[in-house]
Amino acid sequence: MRIRFKLDGQDVEVDVKHTDTLLKVLKDKIGVGSVNFGCGEGSCGACMVLINGRLRYSCLTLAGYVDGKEVTTVAGLARDGELSEIQKAFLENDAAQCGYCTPGMILTAKVLLEKNPTPSDEELFDALAGNLCRCTGYIPIINAIKSVAKR
Amino acid sequence: MSSQFSVVGSPVKNVQLLSHVTGATQYVDEISFPGMLWVKAVRSPVARGRIKKIDTSKAEKLPGVVRIITAKDVPNNIHVNMAGIGIGPPDEPVLPESEVNYKGEAICLVVAKDEETAAKGAQLVEVEIEELPPVLDMEEALKPGAPVITKWGINAFIYGSGMDGATRPGRPGRPFFLVKRGDVEAAFKRADYVVEGSYLIPPIEHAPIEPHVCVAKPEPGQRLTIYTTTQAPYFVRDNVATILKIPASNIRVVAPAVGGGFGGKVDPEFEMQVAVAAMCVGRPVKWRWTREEEFTVSTTRPAVKIEIQDALSSDGLILGRKARLLHDSGAYTRTSPYGVIKATVNLSGPYQIPNVYYEGYCVYTNRQPSSAMRGYGVFEVSYAVELQIERDARKLGIDSWEFRFKNAYKNGQVSATGRLIDDAYLIEVMKEAAALAGVSLPSHLLQMSSWG
Repeated sequence: MRIRFKLDGQDVEVDVKHTDTLLKVLKDKIGVGSVNFGCGEGSCGACMVLINGRLRYSCLTLAGYVDGKEVTTVAGLARDGELSEIQKAFLENDAAQCGYCTPGMILTAKVLLEKNPTPSDEELFDALAGNLCRCTGYIPIINAIKSVAKR
Repeated sequence: MSSQFSVVGSPVKNVQLLSHVTGATQYVDEISFPGMLWVKAVRSPVARGRIKKIDTSKAEKLPGVVRIITAKDVPNNIHVNMAGIGIGPPDEPVLPESEVNYKGEAICLVVAKDEETAAKGAQLVEVEIEELPPVLDMEEALKPGAPVITKWGINAFIYGSGMDGATRPGRPGRPFFLVKRGDVEAAFKRADYVVEGSYLIPPIEHAPIEPHVCVAKPEPGQRLTIYTTTQAPYFVRDNVATILKIPASNIRVVAPAVGGGFGGKVDPEFEMQVAVAAMCVGRPVKWRWTREEEFTVSTTRPAVKIEIQDALSSDGLILGRKARLLHDSGAYTRTSPYGVIKATVNLSGPYQIPNVYYEGYCVYTNRQPSSAMRGYGVFEVSYAVELQIERDARKLGIDSWEFRFKNAYKNGQVSATGRLIDDAYLIEVMKEAAALAGVSLPSHLLQMSSWG
C-alpha cells in the first residue's frame, strides 16, 4: 500500500507492506539517518520518533499507522539552522559519546520537558527508562536535561 | 598540572557532538546501494555436532532467494583472525565443512532480495546434525577423558610450541602460560599465614546499542569495498584478503562512526562471510545482526576463574603468591592466547611480590568464542587481586589501606616478569583517591612515596 506522511516537515510518499515497521521503512526504504536500529523489540530507544508529537518506538509501530500523520526525528528539531534548546544542552554538556542513542534520548527529553518543565530526579530517571546508553554517559545526559529544566 | 600541559588535564570536545545531536552522524546501517541484497545465517541449534547433510532445495525455491553460500563457496576456508600479528592459531572456518562447535555458529548463508526473504530462506534450509557431547565447563574441559574439541588433542592452548605463529615451532611447550620468579615454595614455608581465594567472573556481552552491520560491495577488477562496524579495519582487510585469496591492496575497508564497540568490534567476526557472499553474487550485500545474534553469537568477555594463594608475614608483607587462571576461549582461538598472557602477567596487581608462580590456561569449550573487552585480561585479574588483598588484610587484622601502601610497587623494584619498575605511582594515586573519598589516612601513610 502507498502511504503519505510528513517526515521532519517534508512530504513523503512511499510503498509499504502491511507488515513493515516504521523503522524498516525509515531506514531501509527512505534511508533516514537520524533513527537507529538497536534491538527491534522496543527495549533500547535508539529508534524513537515523535508521531504527531507523541513519543513512539518506530520498531514497534507499523508503517501504515503514520499515513496522514507527522513524524519527527531529531533531525527535524532545529529551526532555520538554529538548534533547539535541548540539542544545545546536549552539546554544551557533552551528553553524547558514540551518539547512537542520542536521537532517542533527545526526543525523550523534549517530550518530558514539554509535559513537566521541572522534573524531579525520579521523574527524570523514569522518563529515560526506555532509552539505553551503553557508553554509560547517563550523568551528562541527565545534566543536559536538568540544565534546560532550570532555564 | 594545567600549568605544565595544554592538553593533559583539559577537557576536549567530542568532534562528532554536533552531528550526534542533529542525527547527522553516519553509521554503517545508513549505507545502501542499488541492487543490494541481504544476508541471514542458518545457525547451529546445538553446541557440538557433526554436519550430516545440508538441504537447501526448499530455500532455493523461495522467490527472492538469490544464492545459498556454504563452505565450498569459500576460496580459503580459514579465519586467520590475528595470526598475522602472532595471535593464533587460525582454527576457525569461515563456514564449517563437517562440524559445529558452538550453538549459533553460522552453517550457511542465505542471500536474498531483502532481509525478511533471507530470514525466511534460512528457516527453509534443512540441516541434519549428529549431536555430540559438548564441553561447557573449563574444569571439565581440562580433565583427562573430556571430549577433545581442538585439532591438537587437548582443550588448552599450548604455549611455547609455536602454534600461535609467534614462537619457534617444534618445541613441546606447556598447556599454560607460566610466570615464575624467586622461590615460591620457600616463601610459603616461611609464611605466618596462607590465605586462599577463588574468583569467578562470568562472560560479559559488550552489547553496544548498534549491532554488527556490514555492507560488502564488489568493484571491477576483483576489488571489494567493505563498510563495516569495526574497531580494527586492518584486521578485516587482512582476513578477507586471505579468505578470498586476493591481494590486500584490492580491498578497501571503510569504518564509519561506530555506535559502541567496547572491544566487541575488534575481531573480524562476520565481514569475511559478507565478503564471500558479495563476491559469489557479484552484487552489494548487507548483513545486519539482530539483538539476539549480538548476545548469542558475537564475542563476549571471557568467563574467567582465578585461584590465588598468598603467603603472608605477620608484619603485613606478601612473601609469595601462587595463582591458577582459567580463561574460557570458547570454541575457537580468536585473541584468547594473548588475553591469557596479559592476565597472567598481571596476577601480582600493582604490588611487589618477590616470589611468584602463576599458571594461565587458555581453555577451549563449546561456547561462543570470547575475545577482547575493555581492559582485556586485566579487568578480570584486578577484580580477583583486589578482593584477595581485602581477604589478606582481614586475615592479618590490619587496615586494607595500610596493607596496600605497604605492598605497593615502588620505583626501583622488579616486577614478576623481570621488568624494572620506573613508573610506579600507586601510593600517590591512593592518597588522591582517599582524599576524594573523604578517607583520612594516618600520617605515616601520607608520608610514604613511590620513591623510597
